[in-house]
Amino acid sequence: MLKTYTYPKYEFTRPPEMSGAAERRYPVIIVGAGPVGLTAALDCQLNGVDAIVLDDDDTVSVGSRGLCYAKRALEVLDRVGVGDAVVNKGVEWNVGRTFHGEKEVYNFNLLPEPDHKRPGMINLQQYYLEQFLVDRCVETGVEIRWKSKVVAITQHDDHATLKVETPEGSYEIEAEWLIVADGARSPIRTMLGLDIEGKVFQDRFLIADVVMKAEFPAERWFWFDPPFHRNQSVLLHREADNVWRIDFQLGWDADPQLERQPERVIPRIKAMLGEDREFDLEWVSVYTFQCRRMASFNHGRVLFAGDAAHQVSPFGARGANSGVQDTDNLVWKLKLVIEGKAPVKLLDTYSFERCWAADENLMNSTRSTDFITPKSSASKTIRTATLQLAQKHAFARKLVNSGRLSVPSFYVDSPLNTPDVNEFNGSMEPGAPLDDAPVSVDGRASWLLDHIGNRFQLMVYCDDASTLDLALLRSVQDVEVVVVTNRDHLLDGVTVLHDVKGRFALRYDAKHGTTYLVRPDQHVCARWRTFDAARVNAALARATCNA
Amino acid sequence: MPLELNPNFRETGKRYHRDFSPGDDFYQLLIDTHRDLTDEQSALLNAKLVLLLANHIGDISTLREAMALAREDV
Repeated sequence: MLKTYTYPKYEFTRPPEMSGAAERRYPVIIVGAGPVGLTAALDCQLNGVDAIVLDDDDTVSVGSRGLCYAKRALEVLDRVGVGDAVVNKGVEWNVGRTFHGEKEVYNFNLLPEPDHKRPGMINLQQYYLEQFLVDRCVETGVEIRWKSKVVAITQHDDHATLKVETPEGSYEIEAEWLIVADGARSPIRTMLGLDIEGKVFQDRFLIADVVMKAEFPAERWFWFDPPFHRNQSVLLHREADNVWRIDFQLGWDADPQLERQPERVIPRIKAMLGEDREFDLEWVSVYTFQCRRMASFNHGRVLFAGDAAHQVSPFGARGANSGVQDTDNLVWKLKLVIEGKAPVKLLDTYSFERCWAADENLMNSTRSTDFITPKSSASKTIRTATLQLAQKHAFARKLVNSGRLSVPSFYVDSPLNTPDVNEFNGSMEPGAPLDDAPVSVDGRASWLLDHIGNRFQLMVYCDDASTLDLALLRSVQDVEVVVVTNRDHLLDGVTVLHDVKGRFALRYDAKHGTTYLVRPDQHVCARWRTFDAARVNAALARATCNA
Repeated sequence: MPLELNPNFRETGKRYHRDFSPGDDFYQLLIDTHRDLTDEQSALLNAKLVLLLANHIGDISTLREAMALAREDV
């Protein structure tokens, strides 16, 4: 199996700790070289925080697993330097078709609002994403220690000690901070005796990765109760390399050992694709899922991220996408704490904001699950009624839920936000993830989000950049000024973004003087109709728990 | 009053960041209302719900239109 992809094998290298080097305490150790841990490592590198990664394996994810990467995750991947690799290899899809029985209920075009750098969603096998992240780590000098399994952990007031097992023996290592991204079964969570609460869904799903030998459209097809797989649901998705992902709902009573046998799987696929279509089976897995999260994501010196902290059903692609957003939220805060520029309690807001996001993801994916696998005959009847009405009526189409695709959370209740004092239209309120917009810089086409991030910034919108009092704008410490204007202009030593299509003005409801304070993770902190240094300073202090 | 067939769910005082959220709020409420009931109890609940909502709408021509659409494909 797996003929389209050759797994890289990453060598174990004897670490300095095993060669008599003086003991040192690392500022950050990351456990787990999956999408979340590797993104965290690259973000640390970008922020000048010294971090190493430990992973018990020596290769990337086996099987396609996490498949859909959403716009917000792509923007984070852009920030850490792998966005292009992922998007170039991935498959962009726009058309989704939903079937009920033999009939197509409706179809949608995912074509997002125009004028964003990244599409709403791309499909890419998880092993490619991980490989690109590892390549980037190698390129930027991030140390990944393969075949290095954490077998014990001890927490202290100002650090944690890990015992690491390797093919050549074990050693101890200390970290000021530990980012735990070791997956749903998180051995470290277990070692620390921490709970993760929620429920197991009583259902099983079969995933098959299939290589098609003939053309097939790059669309997402979802069936409720199809003739080839009665009373269950089926999902078809295109991946890179002409591989197709097929998910069959099997029900709780299915035998997972039996169902993953090719002689069981192949007839199911033939019933679906027709006897004549040629295909090869690449990879098969049977899975169940849980919806649960830890009560808190920070425990002393240990910070949990991704599946280790929260798990959702796969409907909506809210697993890896939300994990990548965890590290996006965490790393800038950790940097400020390590540098002594913010108190440790800033990390409580990591837990607060990302628990909020996890709850939203849990709610949406649970609702999708309830629609896809109705728990009673009354629920099933309501769903049948919805699907019938959806063939004719717009209101019912909106209720059909085959997965609410991952979108970022608005941290509207975050203690880091400064509430509005002026009136604004649109959705870019404090806590919002920034909308992108096409801009140009000195005549070169570019994107807003390519210029925003990694530090606190002040986006100041103006009609005429020559009237700006730059000395006043620059009087705020620790914030970079970015001028956005509706005509091309150059200013010495300041980034000036030309809002070429007026999308910034529209999306941010910007008028001459409008000022946004934005966070290193591209979320809004505060906004005003006019610049006022004292207010900006107060908002900045609040956003870093220094108020 | 013509029958509204476009998405129309909302809740006073609640702000939505995603267009699917108000409909999903409603759907979850409906499913939760049926939770742990027998089929017979669920059918009775649905009937009561129809009566309550019909009285709320009041306009019999609107209700006639809704009933005709509901009858299709059954």
